[in-house]
Amino acid sequence: MSLLRFCEWLAGTPWSIALHESHYAYLGVLAVHVLTLTVFVGTIVMIDLRLLGMTMSRAPVREVLTRLLPWSGAGLVVMFASGGLLFFAAPVLAYQNLFFRFKMVALVLAVVNAWVFHRTIYRRIAEWDRDPVPPPMARVAAGVSLVLWALIITAGRMMPYQVYWFD
Amino acid sequence: MSLLEFCRWVQYSGPLVGMRSLWWFFPVVATIHLLGLAVIGGAVLLVDLRLLGFGVRNQPVAQLVRDAERWLVGSLLVSVSTGILLFMCFATKYYYLKFFWVKLAALVLVVVFTFSVRRRVAMADATQASPLVNRLVALVSLALWTTVALGGRWIGFP
Repeated sequence: MSLLRFCEWLAGTPWSIALHESHYAYLGVLAVHVLTLTVFVGTIVMIDLRLLGMTMSRAPVREVLTRLLPWSGAGLVVMFASGGLLFFAAPVLAYQNLFFRFKMVALVLAVVNAWVFHRTIYRRIAEWDRDPVPPPMARVAAGVSLVLWALIITAGRMMPYQVYWFD
Repeated sequence: MSLLEFCRWVQYSGPLVGMRSLWWFFPVVATIHLLGLAVIGGAVLLVDLRLLGFGVRNQPVAQLVRDAERWLVGSLLVSVSTGILLFMCFATKYYYLKFFWVKLAALVLVVVFTFSVRRRVAMADATQASPLVNRLVALVSLALWTTVALGGRWIGFP
């Protein structure tokens, strides 16, 4: 079964139609998805700014990371749940949306970037935990993270405008 | 000139008619507005979580306020300036939306609260800080910011 066939099948299920045609449920999920951005991306931005040496330079990096990351994680769960529901409400529209595809690719890249950071430079955190400005590799990871999340937000916001951009 | 007349004048002034005729203008400005919101969220949560006893709690609150302030002010400037542009695009629509006025009132309140009460409480000598007052201040701040954000989301609904 191709991805498009799967999306078409999903779009025909009763619950997908119900959510698609509901007024308040769909808008409620959308509001949750947009507003959780403040918790999810907000805490990630603060962690990245610390890694760039642009805020909290007196606080140990490990402390900032371990104390804020659980909040990013909780935000991520809400983002995935609400985002999953938004996709479920209109799977074919999302599949055909170029901004959605771009967003998904950028999302995978953001996860890979975070994984590489934790697997490489963060392994040696003891050596630079208290540095006001962390080593170049950590700064690059933080910069890439900030750019990717900005692109993800932009792509998400542009999804409803695809007809204007490409038609 | 009444407020409604002012809104009408803004919306149909030459530059605004010109900007609205560029179809990408509104979505691009709205995206920058949203990026500002994400940073505001981070800068606000950094301090409010700490006041609640979560987050980076081994650091002095006063230091966190100083660390966050620059980013809060910067992101506020981005969001307010883009917000004014968004308002000008459809001023008469917003004039009639109750939630627009709720959002505006909450925004003014939270900005005044943040730079007066919240700042003073957070900057106070740590030995004299009362956990109860700290929590109350953080809750008021979070409640007001949530009202601003919800109001903003509501305004954009069809």
